[in-house]
Amino acid sequence: MSRRSRYAKSTVMLGVTYFAAALATLPLLLILIHLLKEGAAYIRPGFFTEMPKPVGEPGGGMANAIVGTLILVSVASAIGLPIGIGAGLYLAEHRGGRLATVVRFLSDVLNGLPSIVMGIFAWQFLVRPVGHFSALAGGMALGAMMIPLVTRTTEEMIHLVPTSLREAALALGYTRWRASLTVVLRTALPGIVTGALVAIARIAGETAPLLFTALGNQFWSTSLGQPIAALPLQIFAYAITPYDTAHGQAWAGALVLIFVVFVISVLARFATRSRFGLGTD
Amino acid sequence: MKAAPRGDSIYDAVVTAFAIVIPALLLLIALSILIAAWPALSRFGLSFLTSSKWDVSASEFGAAPAIFGTIVSSAIALVLATPLALGVSIFLSEIAPKWLRQPVAFLVDLLAAIPSVVYGLWGIFVLIPLLRDPVAPFLRDTLGLGKTPLFSGPNYGYSMLAAGIILAIMILPFISAVTREVLMAVPRSQRDAALALGATRWEMIRDAVIPYARSGIIGGIILGLGRALGETMAVTMVIGNRPEISASLFAPGYTMASLIANQFSEATNDLHVSALMAVGAVLFGVTLIVNALARWLVWRVTRGSGR
Amino acid sequence: MGAVIDTAIEPGVVESILARAKAPLLSTLRLNAYFGQSRVLRNVSIDVRDREITAVIGPSGCGKSTLLRCMNRMHETVADASVEGDVLLEGESIYKSGLSAIAVRRRIGMVFQRPTPFPTMSIRDNVLAGLRILGTSGPSRSEADAIAEEALRRSGLWDEVKDRLRESALGISGGQQQRLCIARALATQPRTLLLDEPTASLDPLSTQTIEELVHELRESIGVVIVTHNMQQAARVSDRTAFMLAGELIESAPTNTLFTNPRDSRTEDYVTGRFG
Repeated sequence: MSRRSRYAKSTVMLGVTYFAAALATLPLLLILIHLLKEGAAYIRPGFFTEMPKPVGEPGGGMANAIVGTLILVSVASAIGLPIGIGAGLYLAEHRGGRLATVVRFLSDVLNGLPSIVMGIFAWQFLVRPVGHFSALAGGMALGAMMIPLVTRTTEEMIHLVPTSLREAALALGYTRWRASLTVVLRTALPGIVTGALVAIARIAGETAPLLFTALGNQFWSTSLGQPIAALPLQIFAYAITPYDTAHGQAWAGALVLIFVVFVISVLARFATRSRFGLGTD
Repeated sequence: MKAAPRGDSIYDAVVTAFAIVIPALLLLIALSILIAAWPALSRFGLSFLTSSKWDVSASEFGAAPAIFGTIVSSAIALVLATPLALGVSIFLSEIAPKWLRQPVAFLVDLLAAIPSVVYGLWGIFVLIPLLRDPVAPFLRDTLGLGKTPLFSGPNYGYSMLAAGIILAIMILPFISAVTREVLMAVPRSQRDAALALGATRWEMIRDAVIPYARSGIIGGIILGLGRALGETMAVTMVIGNRPEISASLFAPGYTMASLIANQFSEATNDLHVSALMAVGAVLFGVTLIVNALARWLVWRVTRGSGR
Repeated sequence: MGAVIDTAIEPGVVESILARAKAPLLSTLRLNAYFGQSRVLRNVSIDVRDREITAVIGPSGCGKSTLLRCMNRMHETVADASVEGDVLLEGESIYKSGLSAIAVRRRIGMVFQRPTPFPTMSIRDNVLAGLRILGTSGPSRSEADAIAEEALRRSGLWDEVKDRLRESALGISGGQQQRLCIARALATQPRTLLLDEPTASLDPLSTQTIEELVHELRESIGVVIVTHNMQQAARVSDRTAFMLAGELIESAPTNTLFTNPRDSRTEDYVTGRFG
């Protein structure tokens, strides 16, 4: 191949990658634009405060679903955060250990499990024995999904803290656990919080596990022992009906969900970009 | 004071216990699903995987249509997403000017943050109408592909193709992120060596960078596969949910995940439920293997460079 | 009691009698230290005296940092690390049963090569960090302020930060951060201070400031300073110990070691023939 045609080919291929990049950013923009187009009209204060109307009737809101999601996320965090941070601490402090390697690998495996598998597990383990669906079961399923996410980010953040800091604490006479918690963990906290927020954003949008646990609820309920509404469930329910007004509500719900998820994701990106400064050079 | 302060022992016990939750949870999940699936599995044995008869009323359950649908939709997704993801990743790691890198990477990665149900929503009201008209007629009549088995049959929009396209968009950010990481892990010396030999920029990428990162790239693709296999909501909303095995991309079908999601609430008897759980068990096993394989491949390439 | 195995022949007899009369603050007795199977300290016996600055010099890898870390039981924080022999602090073994490593570390101060202020604490809180964990009844607010001020004065930092005590410890320069670490170590009133190449990562001006304050500290406590900079050892210390490949080759009053060393290896090192 002559030199000229090789250069030409190179330029063409590089151009192809530009095209690929443009194509890859397209779906996001398309989806966002459509969301705004369809959903914005249905966003009104009432959307957040009113209960859903019978399907087909115009108006109404998703107050119960929004609150339901908040409750589910809270239960999930109460389970996922402590266990995730604790496991992350363990992994960070036993970097090369055999158990640590196994746990780290299995954590990735757990992370990759389809959310529907989590859902049917939760149903078999938490719903079937008691005979009814419940918000608690939903929260626990989501919490289990949070664990590997929080574990991974916690380990990474703690690993970033220089060992000299831990040593300085030990040299002052700190006990090992005190050095770990009040110096190392505290220093890594901003990053850990960010990781926790990202995990929360992830599970807030999950639908499949809830199909088998929280089930959804047309009425207002905040009880942990009963089925509860949730934003993704409501979006799904409305989307598959034949009514246009319901579809509009679904778009609005999706807009709210995306907004929250995106805001958290963007904040997380910014926060972890400027890593905490430590000492000189 | 004693040799090992009590605080330390308690701390160690607690964090170790929390760490052990992870393998314990995994074990619990596996056991629970297997127990629930057992009635159906023992009743149908291996034919569960091969029989294409999923007849609820006759209590005959064969998971082949669902397995077939999972494979086909994932294959479509991979075929569509891989070149695109590779292109974007090469762009980001080798070609993009510095100021473009962050924004483009950000936009691509953000695709991963969109919840599945929102993809499904978009799929129902945007993609499917688009497929119905103008895409399907274009493919079928204008291009004449309607004669081929792949594009034969009526098209209602709800189809394997729709599921494949949505899945492609959903797995794009994952393949791209991993590929980007392994491409960046290729040492400078490799690139310099190629350039010093007189390679053009593209030749350097094609001959020095990509081959070096090859197993990692494959790992990324397999990771994307793993995600595609398990996707539920978006798929269930656009695939049509019919236990069919058809060669046509326009035909509706089932995936394992969409089958479970779709039929669970209406499961009539215990055997039906158990059959659905059995499908779940198969899905569990398959994604387990695929994800483990992907992680191992990626680890092999990036372990030299820090993370 | 400390077996004083200090075999330098001092020029002044009176001086040597006086030196022996001072019981050492801290001494190591045939100390061996290991990382796994690998021995990094070989039968090191050295004394550290009160109100005296002892420098430890030697080429990279000679074990001087390890020696320091054995003195406050920091060596054992590394997995697979072990010691043989003994270390006496104010007459009693630091490995005595019933005495925890933590108790030992609280009585000895240590400053590391790189400044390590705790990033989530203010300057004042950093200084007081070692106190927080001493016992159940901590000092009162005003007592704490007084302690912090004294520690900061002793480390020569008070005037520079007295208006910024509540600010983050990261907002001061590297040299200031290192003095902050010294203040933090001094706040617990240790009688012994261990400095592991404290000026290695600092600019010449900060180095000079710290050398001056270390020199002043000898009026109140015993200091061990590990340094790879011979000129620093000569400037700052009263006694100097030379180590090579894990062994203590020679220990003598600084002047003597540098002008008239007994061992040829010492002479080679201080005249710059190697290391």
